[in-house]
Amino acid sequence: MDINKIKSQFPIFSRKINGKTLVYLDSSNSSQKPLSVINKLNDFYKNEFSNIGRSINSLAVNATNKFEETRLSVKNFINAKAKEEIIFTKNATEAINLVATTFGKQNVSEGDEIIISELEHHSNYVPWHFLRENNKAIIKFAPINEGGDIIISKLKELITTKTKIIAVTHLSNVTGSIVPVKEIIEIAHKKNIPVLVDGCQSAPHISVDVSDLDCDFYAFSAHKAYGPTGVGVLYAKKKWLEKLPPYVGGGAMISEVKKDKITYAPIPEKYEAGTMPTAEVIAFNESIKFINSIGIKNLMEHEKEITDYALEKIRKINSVKIIGNPKNKAGVIAFTIKGVHPHDIATILDEDGVAIRAGHHCCQILHEKLNLVATARASVGIYNTKDDIDMLCKAIENCRKIFDLK
Amino acid sequence: MDLKQLYQDIILEHGKSPRNLGKCEGYNYDAKGYNPLCGDKVHVFLKLDNKKKVKGLTFEGEGCAISLASASIMTELVKGKSFKETKEIMAAFLNMIKNNSEIQINFLDDDQKTKLMSLSGVKQFPMRVKCATLSWHTLVSAMEGKKREINTEATD
Repeated sequence: MDINKIKSQFPIFSRKINGKTLVYLDSSNSSQKPLSVINKLNDFYKNEFSNIGRSINSLAVNATNKFEETRLSVKNFINAKAKEEIIFTKNATEAINLVATTFGKQNVSEGDEIIISELEHHSNYVPWHFLRENNKAIIKFAPINEGGDIIISKLKELITTKTKIIAVTHLSNVTGSIVPVKEIIEIAHKKNIPVLVDGCQSAPHISVDVSDLDCDFYAFSAHKAYGPTGVGVLYAKKKWLEKLPPYVGGGAMISEVKKDKITYAPIPEKYEAGTMPTAEVIAFNESIKFINSIGIKNLMEHEKEITDYALEKIRKINSVKIIGNPKNKAGVIAFTIKGVHPHDIATILDEDGVAIRAGHHCCQILHEKLNLVATARASVGIYNTKDDIDMLCKAIENCRKIFDLK
Repeated sequence: MDLKQLYQDIILEHGKSPRNLGKCEGYNYDAKGYNPLCGDKVHVFLKLDNKKKVKGLTFEGEGCAISLASASIMTELVKGKSFKETKEIMAAFLNMIKNNSEIQINFLDDDQKTKLMSLSGVKQFPMRVKCATLSWHTLVSAMEGKKREINTEATD
């Protein structure tokens, strides 16, 4: 696999940041886009644009077919059983809100319990908090150990007859912990409890097989998977999508509308009200093709090589501490430098063209647990090279120099 | 952009060893400030005498070098000033950050002006402006006796 050839497919890397070559280590936040995705957006608007759905004209038929092709690609990408189990949303956040709202309406009442973990991104906490506020549900947090792994035995102890759903991340966007979701799902299913998996970080970086996991819900965002913004994916088992009430009401999600009665469209349309991000969904197919052209195994191998190299090099730098040491770690490296606030780190690194993120990464619960206000985070994508890591380390050294650290 | 302009020695020094940390004795006004983007927090404690002169000004908080240095410099410069003078310093500081204007305050000596101006580099780093202004907005809130927490996302 020739990484430079892959990297050359991303036009952004030909530009300079502050006069320096761009070293992009913020893919956990959002990934860069290959030319094929950008071209597809352009091409669709230029030559093929139409809304999808009911219009009977050649453009509409073509757009509808292309839109459905992406659904089929996504289905294959995560190995769902049927393409109707793939719902397009605005982003993963909306997908989780969809589940929390509709599932909550039907299944969660006062005193019922929802289990999440201390690793969760705010997008897999706040939607459940709404159920705590509105339905008087109780949220329980499965604790993590010092390494940043969810303690499965403790999670098991949290399950009671009141537990209605478990929502857990597949891959932490701070510690990089790969969560053994299959094990959690097995435990939950023994008690007939459904499980939602937040796949934002896993979908673009590790192989995902929702049939093998047997999860009830799986959510991810296209923009983190080399795709356009404005597209999220909710995978849900057919039985849930058919049973749960609709989420957003409007055009396209209805079957028949009368003054006294409305019936809803079958899935997936039942959950796709109004005009969808048509061009973006269609262009997202190119992202999946891009990932498939590399092969998820090769992609994982490459990112592991870069991550291991980075961990080894960063660990050697004085006063730098890597946050979390999970059993299985993906390419997400949160770190602190003693005596330098993460925001100062990010500004100084940016001056060297190195883009990272600083802050709580939408994980305040986790940061509180780790007794940290903020961390700096470098995260790896398919386009990163060992040179990028060398540049990162050089920029960290520069940071230490400015702050006069020994 | 020039990092040296942002991380001047004065800022690094104040950032590492902020002055007037803690609660000042007998404070009669205080206010909290919060930057939800990064989680930076500041708590300003102010002691005004019956003529509204600043008898004491301290802060507690956690944050980056810019925000700690800014709070530290603020407490140094404002202590001992009258209510009116304090408002003048605050206005001049915020004006410098926003509009690049020079500090022209007669009652500050050159050394004090230099300290204030050391923070002027942040205007070239738009994402960092709020780090520098958080403690100042919080001081305004404390002086006005407002109970509401200052949130950088709700201020200019």
